[in-house]
Order: sequence, then structure tokens, then C-alpha cells
Amino acid sequence: MARRRGGGFREVDLLTGTGLTLWRGANCLFDALSFSAAPGNALLIRGPNGSGKTTLLRVIAGLTLAEEGEVKWNGTPVIGCDNSGRHLMTYCGHATALKPELTTMENLRFFARLSGYPIRQIGELLVASGLAACADLPTRVLSAGQKRRAALARVFMSGAQLWLLDEPQTNLDSAGRQFLERMLQEHLAGSGTAVIVAHQSIDLGAAPVTVLQMGEAA
Amino acid sequence: MNLGLGNLFWVVLQRDLLVAMRRWSDICNPVIFFVLVVALFPLALNPRAEFLRALAPGVLWIAALLAALLSLNQLFRADIEDGTMEQLLTLPYPLGLVILAKTLAHWLVTGLPVVVVAPLLAITYHLPADAIGILLLSLLIGTPTLSLLGSIGAALTAGLRQSGVLLALMVGPLMLPVLMLGARATDIALSGDDPTGPLYLLGALLALALSLAPPAAAMAIRISAD
Repeated sequence: MARRRGGGFREVDLLTGTGLTLWRGANCLFDALSFSAAPGNALLIRGPNGSGKTTLLRVIAGLTLAEEGEVKWNGTPVIGCDNSGRHLMTYCGHATALKPELTTMENLRFFARLSGYPIRQIGELLVASGLAACADLPTRVLSAGQKRRAALARVFMSGAQLWLLDEPQTNLDSAGRQFLERMLQEHLAGSGTAVIVAHQSIDLGAAPVTVLQMGEAA
Repeated sequence: MNLGLGNLFWVVLQRDLLVAMRRWSDICNPVIFFVLVVALFPLALNPRAEFLRALAPGVLWIAALLAALLSLNQLFRADIEDGTMEQLLTLPYPLGLVILAKTLAHWLVTGLPVVVVAPLLAITYHLPADAIGILLLSLLIGTPTLSLLGSIGAALTAGLRQSGVLLALMVGPLMLPVLMLGARATDIALSGDDPTGPLYLLGALLALALSLAPPAAAMAIRISAD
């Protein structure tokens, strides 16, 4: 599972959020929230259910607009490409973005073509993610954990510098978690950045981790 | 960018067609509805040839419009539910182009079958051959316009649970000019006159919808997916 294009990311790349404020009805999810994450760093978002973790991740992804404040990747929006044409960001939410009618292979091939991942390497990736046996099965018949693995394989294929993962461990067995951790460690070691919403502990190896506590502490 | 814009269009179109092929019932619904509505009129009304002939343009066009409305609900719904839309929204590509590809795929599986069976049904209405040609042409220009206009409404209501009636109320009025021009063109051809006027106007509407609907639907889908 070698990284698609050799070499690390530029050292100056930095994800920053400044003064983010969002209200949902009468509830203030976050008020003047700021954070930053450097290349090779992981930002862990923690907090009780309903404290706005997913919403924050969607704000970073540009899917939800914050009422105030802004999220920047080295001064530019996170939706975009870097100089080499690589996507800056990939988002993996609760929904797996797999079409139940298509096979695992067909689903991943679509995203590979969108992100420029070599089609020939999808087979290798399926083996690494433990999905080799399901390659030609429609994702409708896959278990929740297998779908999660396929969604994570898509994240890997994107080759993006910034990974936004919303509870990536959901439904995964221990082998699946190892796959996720190995993937994340490799990503961070290659100067990638990850923002992860996680309830359980996650082993990110030697990468520096910043914890962003939502809810009571915010 | 990794992917040329033409390639992006093709990749999205291809995938949507593949998904549609695996979901046969969704493809068949609008065209079966169209055939049923058109076939029921002669049974309930006076089946004399000259009467049916006068009725044909209106009946065929109304049925085509209703079939289009019926199918619009599904345009973006599945993508929003399974998370595909989040992925498409976070791509560094113009969303309008993605929407256009999805709308074209939708028209190919729901609109085109209606256009194809319409001449057969027109024969049962005793429509003369030249009027059938104009009917076919008007549907060929008109139904993509209906799909494009509908994509705006479908994008606005994609996040709602019960969007069927709301969607029809919203885009129905927008579709009326297409209905009037399409039925009028066929009617004019039936009476032996030159139908180019309404056909040109239909073409103008298609060009307008083609350029304005995808960006509008793209903005709407951003709001719906929030």
C-alpha cells in the first residue's frame, strides 16, 4: 500500500479555523472556536453526543456554513487542489457514499476515477482493506463494517492532504481498526493532516495529536 | 485538476446510468405511467377517430409532463441519503456540471423512453405521420427542458421527507410554457400549418434551461445537503 505520489506535503500547509460560531435554533453548538493543525498532526475532536462534533467536521469540509469565522488551508478554502492537482481534502461522514446497486469494485472505481487513483491498484487496496472477497458483490449485501472499510479505502484513494473522518471506527472489528490505524499512521507520517471525530482511543503512532474538547469545555 | 471537465461529466453520467440499469423498476415507472394515462383516454371518451385526433397533442403532452413530474422525486434523493452527494459537494470541480450530468442521466432513463413510445401511442390516436414527426420533435426538445427545470425543484426538496406534492406545485408552473408550446406545435402541424414558431421557442427554452438550471440546482443542493 505505497503512497500514490511520492514525497511529503509542503511544510507550510496548515489547517486553521478561527472564530467559528454556529447556532442550531436556540442552542449554541460552538462559539468563537479556533483551532489549527499542522502537517503530520492529527486533530481529535472529542465530546459528548450532540455537542456538535459532526457539525464542526462538516463546517471544516465546507458542507455546512458557519455563521461566523472561517476555515482555511494555508490561506485557501479546503475544497480545491494543490499545485500538483491533488485534492486538498476528503470527507468521510456517517454515510458511506456507496451505491447499494453497484459492486464494491464499481463503487471504488468511480471514486478512483474522480481522484485520479490508478484503477489497477484498487485490487491491491481491496486486499489491504480485507475486502478482496467482496469485490464483485453489490454493496447492498455487505455488512456495516465492510461498508465502513470500503469508505475508508475511498479516503485512502483520494490522496488528499487533509482527511476529515467522522467516527471512522464505527462498526469496525479489530482487524478493521488496525487497517484504519495503519492507514492513518502512514498518512500522518507522510505529512498529511487528519481531523478525526472519535469516541474510542485510536493509536496514531508517533504523530502529534491535539485534542479539541467540545461540549462543556468549549 | 486530475480530471478534465468532459471526463468528469462522462464519469458521473456513466455511473448514474449503471445504477439506473440495476434498478429496473425506477426506469419503467414513468414510461408505464405515460402509456397507462394515454391508453385510458380513448376508453373513457368518445373513440371516434377525428375526436381522438384532435385530442392527441394535448393528451400526449400532459401525460409526458406528468410522467416527468412523477420521476423527478428520485433525481437527487438516493444520493443525499447514501452520502454520495457529500462526496460530490466536496469535489474541487464545478458542481453545476455534475448536476447537469446527473440530470442528463435521469432524462435518458425516464424521459427518453417516453419520447420513444409516444409515436406508437400517437398512431392509436389516428395522428397523421407528419404530425407524429412534429410531436416526436417537440417531445425531444421539450422533455429535457422539463428535466432541467425539475432538477431545480428536486434539488430544493431533496432534503425533505414528503416532497412529491410540494415539488409538483413548485416546478409545475415553470413547466407550463413547455407544455403549451409542445402541444401547440403538434396541434398546428395537425391542422396542416407550419409549426416552426413554437418549435423555435421550445428550443430557446431548452437553451435557457440548459444554461441556467444546473447552476441554480447546484446552489439549491448545497442548501438541501446542509
